[in-house]
Amino acid sequence: MEQMQTAVTRFTKTPFVKKKEFNQQVARWSFFTMAILMIIPLMAIIGYLVYHAAPSLNLDFLLDVPKRGMREGGIWSALIGTIYLVFISLAVAAPIGILAAIYLNEYAKDNWFNRIINLAVINLAGVPSIVHALFGLGAFVYAAQLGYSVLSASLTLAIMTLPVIIASTREALSSVPVSFREACWNVGATRWQTIRAVVLPNSISGILTGVILQVSRAAGETAPIMFTGAVFYKAVKRGDFFPYELTDQCMALSMHLYTVTTQVPNIKESVSYATAVVLLGVVLLVNASAISLRVWMRNRKKW
Amino acid sequence: MSSNLTESTLTLPDAIPKRVKRVGRPRWAIIGEQALELLIRISGISAIVFVLAIFFFVFKEALPVLYSHNFSIKEFLFSTQWYPTSVSNVRYGTFALLVGSVTVTLLSMAIAVPFGLGAAIYISEFCGPRQKETLKIIIELLAAIPSVVWGFIGLTVISKLITTITGTAVGVNLLNGSIILALMSVPIIVSIGEDALKAVPDSFREAGMAMGTTRWQLILRVLLPAAKNGLLAAVLLGVGRAVGETMAVLMATGHSVKIPHGVFDSVRTLTANIAAELGEAAAGSPHYRVLFLTGILLFVITFIVNLTADFVIRGIKRK
Amino acid sequence: MQARFRYVCGCVTERNGNRVERKDVTITVKDLYLSYNAKEVIHGISFEIYRNEIFSIIGPAQSGKTSLLRCLNRTIEFTSGTSVRGTVMVDGQNVRTMKNVFDLRRKIGMVAPLPVGLPISIYDNVAFAPRCSGLTNKSDLDGIVEKCLRQAALWDEVKDRLHSLGTAISGGQQQRLTIARALSHQPDILCLDEFSIAIDPVTTMRIEDVLIELKNEMTIILVTNLTHQAKRLGSRTMFLYNGNLIELDTNEVIFSEKPGKIETYDYINGLFG
Repeated sequence: MEQMQTAVTRFTKTPFVKKKEFNQQVARWSFFTMAILMIIPLMAIIGYLVYHAAPSLNLDFLLDVPKRGMREGGIWSALIGTIYLVFISLAVAAPIGILAAIYLNEYAKDNWFNRIINLAVINLAGVPSIVHALFGLGAFVYAAQLGYSVLSASLTLAIMTLPVIIASTREALSSVPVSFREACWNVGATRWQTIRAVVLPNSISGILTGVILQVSRAAGETAPIMFTGAVFYKAVKRGDFFPYELTDQCMALSMHLYTVTTQVPNIKESVSYATAVVLLGVVLLVNASAISLRVWMRNRKKW
Repeated sequence: MSSNLTESTLTLPDAIPKRVKRVGRPRWAIIGEQALELLIRISGISAIVFVLAIFFFVFKEALPVLYSHNFSIKEFLFSTQWYPTSVSNVRYGTFALLVGSVTVTLLSMAIAVPFGLGAAIYISEFCGPRQKETLKIIIELLAAIPSVVWGFIGLTVISKLITTITGTAVGVNLLNGSIILALMSVPIIVSIGEDALKAVPDSFREAGMAMGTTRWQLILRVLLPAAKNGLLAAVLLGVGRAVGETMAVLMATGHSVKIPHGVFDSVRTLTANIAAELGEAAAGSPHYRVLFLTGILLFVITFIVNLTADFVIRGIKRK
Repeated sequence: MQARFRYVCGCVTERNGNRVERKDVTITVKDLYLSYNAKEVIHGISFEIYRNEIFSIIGPAQSGKTSLLRCLNRTIEFTSGTSVRGTVMVDGQNVRTMKNVFDLRRKIGMVAPLPVGLPISIYDNVAFAPRCSGLTNKSDLDGIVEKCLRQAALWDEVKDRLHSLGTAISGGQQQRLTIARALSHQPDILCLDEFSIAIDPVTTMRIEDVLIELKNEMTIILVTNLTHQAKRLGSRTMFLYNGNLIELDTNEVIFSEKPGKIETYDYINGLFG
């Protein structure tokens, strides 16, 4: 009986243990608050934006062109301009980015030269967007004589978003186990045959995720296109799918949001809110699709 | 016994030839592969080419102003007088802009670092797998919001909040810009910080737990010291993002080129200055070239910050 | 048969008792040094392997057996920080200066210790190597696939599901798939690196029988931890310890009561290692 007593006392909490546990709970909840404090206000803000945008949000807003100094009408010309910019920049950035990632992950030996390439990629990702704008202006608009055009803007966007594709493609490639590659090399396959047969088929969904992320990044950027090809206003017919030539200037959704909020006085409030909500919606939708692709692919992994 | 088993495997059907004659790969396949590998190598070095090209073209546009008689690099770096369009006395001093960038960045980090690291610790150490997944997705979405939308939020929502709560006249100011920048750099701090905490071996945690520490003590005594380099890198990358941000600060910090005296003063940053004035500056004019020079300054600053972060991260990996 | 004795210059005579035998050398390793990041793991070993023999390499872990095999087909180059000195000759050609390493690797079949089923169908797993070397004829490929799977004692188990994934079969089956893949490019030399650690004893026996059969067609290098396997199958055995060649001799000598070195006797009889 006495033994049992000591055993029981040994496992009851001493004040010291209680204090420890209390601290633990305090820490847990304060960290939780920190995590949640970033999310709740954001949800509130998005709700607020949607609430204010509601009067203007309808299909007509998407399909109509801006009217009366952009105070009325819709955003079609900006929407189609963004689509142009995104897809042309994608056509340039995706092949270069994917091939560069293949080089860095599959071909590059660990030497000083490739370390410099890695540093360059990291720095390219860190260069401020406005510096990309200056570069686009100096290189494409003036030096290459492309002028203020869809092409200049897209090329600037492509270089800016290149690191996004390189980083996510590399991650996808390096998730394929090395043992698969060694098995291929052991039977005399060349590097490219190995990549073709085993590495790419197993990382294609990851690469696709990276490409989708590039789309979302390119759609949201403003600074790089501001001085290379995007303009405040350009006359476009309602519902026209091919309003811009490659050498034309164009409107873009992100640029349009900047314009209507800072350059146009006395604008109906809901128009600028609706533009913001559409841009936000497009970007988040694209990102959500990338995330669901990733989740789906993880669930059907083959090894 | 063994001979019974092997009978079926060793006697091959007659239809199967003992040895198939080796044929080489067709010539076009070999040449095509070599061409492709060349293309891969060229793309591989493209990143270097682009970084050098960025520096070259921006510098090329800025260069002529360095030789012009009324420009001095000392004034450019240390004077607060920014009057690029003055008729009588043009002055290009970026010090106030630099201070603007630094104050906005510091203030935003003061907000973002505790929240970002706190959230990173929560995600890495306290929550279950489902909650972790959800939080990470939300943070990823947070990172995807375009900067111009953040600027819009600053201009409408945060500005309104600031004027109603504090009663200041103008809502677009240093505080507003910092809050926006903090919200923008939190995701990167969280994700890199969480990576750093994840990189601490589980054996450290188990060893700590075996000694009867609580999670909180474990974090304080074991995890934070072990992951401190990674957390530092997370903060540095956050700084890099905040320094380079353009549209959000352009829209949310107001527009006065001066050294701020309080959090409710308007400021202008290096990035916002370029975005605001490049459209008005005539191509080839000294004003235009000085803006490019500012770009070089920015390029160098972010270069150093990112390089430091990279060295810190790679220091951990080597260990 | 003519082709097999092409490398006359590589012939050596060996005094075995009173009888003088002419042996045909296929692999010559001379003064091979290997270091990982400046740490030397193989300290200058030299030996020769004869055509159509089963050559066993035994030795405790970390003695450089796997690294040695990887030097033969130059897959060692994929590990960063390695440096190799010395000569490795395969069929009269210096491996280390060879331009076309892919042909070299096709000449040498390699079975890694851990099973790796590539995430493509079982058929494609085996047909991968022939396809890589340019074979496209469907019936030839079918023949190779069936032959190799039969040789690896896997045919009966997978013949009805050749198009399911190579990663979806059990570990032991994957190991046999690895062997089938190593045979698929019709190598002259087959290296087996502890092939039996993932397979049950009965299947091991079946594969060992196949190996004895295959000896007529190719040279087999067997790295193994099981000294009895080396004794059973091999004609000669090399004992490596810490990157040094302790002893290399015929099985009769190595597994006798009095091998050349006392360490060999101790290792084989479980007294150390």
